[in-house]
Amino acid sequence: MRDTLTGSRIRERRMMAGIRQAELAREVRISASYLNLIEHNRRRIGGKLLVDIARVLGVEPSMLSEGAEAALVVTLREAAAEVGDSGAELQRADEFAGRFPGWAAVLAAAHRRGATLERTVESLADRLNHDPHLAHSLHEVLSTAAAIRSTASILAEPGEIEPEWRDRFHRNLNQDSQRLAESSKALVRYLDESDVVSGRRAVPQEEVEAFIAAHDHHFAALETEAETPRDIVAGADMLSTPAARQIARGVLNQYLDDARAMPMRAFAAEVRAAGLDPAHLAARFGCDLAAVLRRLAAMPHAVLGHDVGLVICDASGSILFRKQLADFALPRFGASCPLWPLFAALGQPMRPLRRRVSQLGRSSAMFDCFAVAQPVGRPVFDEDPLLRATMLIAPASDDAAPAGPVRQVGSSCRVCPKPECNARREPSILADGM
Amino acid sequence: MDRKVLLIEDEPNIIEAIRFLLARDGWSVETHSNGVDAVEAVRDHAPDLVILDLMLPGRSGMEILRDLRADSATSRLPVLMLTARGQSRDRDMAEKAGVSRFMTKPFSNVEVMTAVRDLVAQASRQ
Repeated sequence: MRDTLTGSRIRERRMMAGIRQAELAREVRISASYLNLIEHNRRRIGGKLLVDIARVLGVEPSMLSEGAEAALVVTLREAAAEVGDSGAELQRADEFAGRFPGWAAVLAAAHRRGATLERTVESLADRLNHDPHLAHSLHEVLSTAAAIRSTASILAEPGEIEPEWRDRFHRNLNQDSQRLAESSKALVRYLDESDVVSGRRAVPQEEVEAFIAAHDHHFAALETEAETPRDIVAGADMLSTPAARQIARGVLNQYLDDARAMPMRAFAAEVRAAGLDPAHLAARFGCDLAAVLRRLAAMPHAVLGHDVGLVICDASGSILFRKQLADFALPRFGASCPLWPLFAALGQPMRPLRRRVSQLGRSSAMFDCFAVAQPVGRPVFDEDPLLRATMLIAPASDDAAPAGPVRQVGSSCRVCPKPECNARREPSILADGM
Repeated sequence: MDRKVLLIEDEPNIIEAIRFLLARDGWSVETHSNGVDAVEAVRDHAPDLVILDLMLPGRSGMEILRDLRADSATSRLPVLMLTARGQSRDRDMAEKAGVSRFMTKPFSNVEVMTAVRDLVAQASRQ
């Protein structure tokens, strides 16, 4: 059955070699019209004639008589069956593979890649609805696959296509197969980098937080400018994704600006002399309050005599940065207690807030929180200011007179026992025990 | 009889392949590649059938379909919708919006041609 296509393969090889039909016919001493019949699979060919033709074309006779790999044809059939197609095109899969082996391989590869992606897609059905980047990548892959499929099956149809169209379709196939290779690679890379496939890969912010925490929030090399933020990030094995490295560079650039405005030695001396007084420090160094709060959080333990925590959020309440403090629970991104002074500050832009708080459900330790919300970037007419709130959390100190009552705050609703809270978003898992 | 299809799709190589198939089948084929003024394009060309991609630059195929159905001139125009997202949610939405036929990429040429012939045959019987 396979050898019914020997003629097609001879024709293809002859055209690839740039030999005219009459020329080949003369070489093997048959008439051009007889060769024409052979080439259109209308005469069987074998034996010495096949060997002679193979010699002139410079190929092994088996290349002409056996043709396309069976595996390739099977894959093409699968590709067709996959979409529930049937009829003439399906039966002619080996003719397609015989006439356009290169393109058939492209189609088979696209099908296999498509099948792999489909399996991945199945496990991600839900994610598809929520992740615009993923939806876009898949759209790109499927659209390209659609173009390849449609074009390839036009080429695979029996009968002649005008050369002009055929060339155009070949060009399109080539373009689209490259595009498919790239877009599916990009998709796989994206899936590899996100936590959906590889399992428990942390989100970039958490990687950055772990990296900064590993340095105790203090970068001596930036204080002395022995290294640039770029150097430090480039040498950090803990930052595994481009996104994490980009965020880390942003954090360290800010650190560098703060360190230049409030040099280590002078800042530490001022803190020792005047205590933890952000307003005084802001006036002394001519910096805004948010910068002073960040700078305080970057001081080594010895300067303040105790640890402090820091949280920064944007106007949507999304937490951009955290420095953890023992005994004050800062939950994972996006599930914080709205009673934190951090969020109260967002409602009163530019107004510094100092609140004494205790956190429910933990120890009864009290903390002084200093919070301020400030616009980011330069003011622009008719643009709404973009606010960012910063909060420093320090253990309650007798030096600072408590402003107002001690306020009870939580960490996140699920683990907070506070009864009858207007700020509650969801029931506490501790509620039954109350 | 000159039957006319308007193909609203932004993928140039899909346009080329479908245009070739339809033209060979005796259709006159117009194409349009963005969502923003697709409804105007349908009014201008007054086709017998529209092939509409779901994801178009500027405006989604779903919105375009709703507009077409809201206009008495195009409320019964056969619309074949193509989408790369075969989720049942999209299919349900398209059916609610009044799509005539829904097809997911990568489609086969036979499927497309069969759908086009069926839809036009149905429309002419009505």
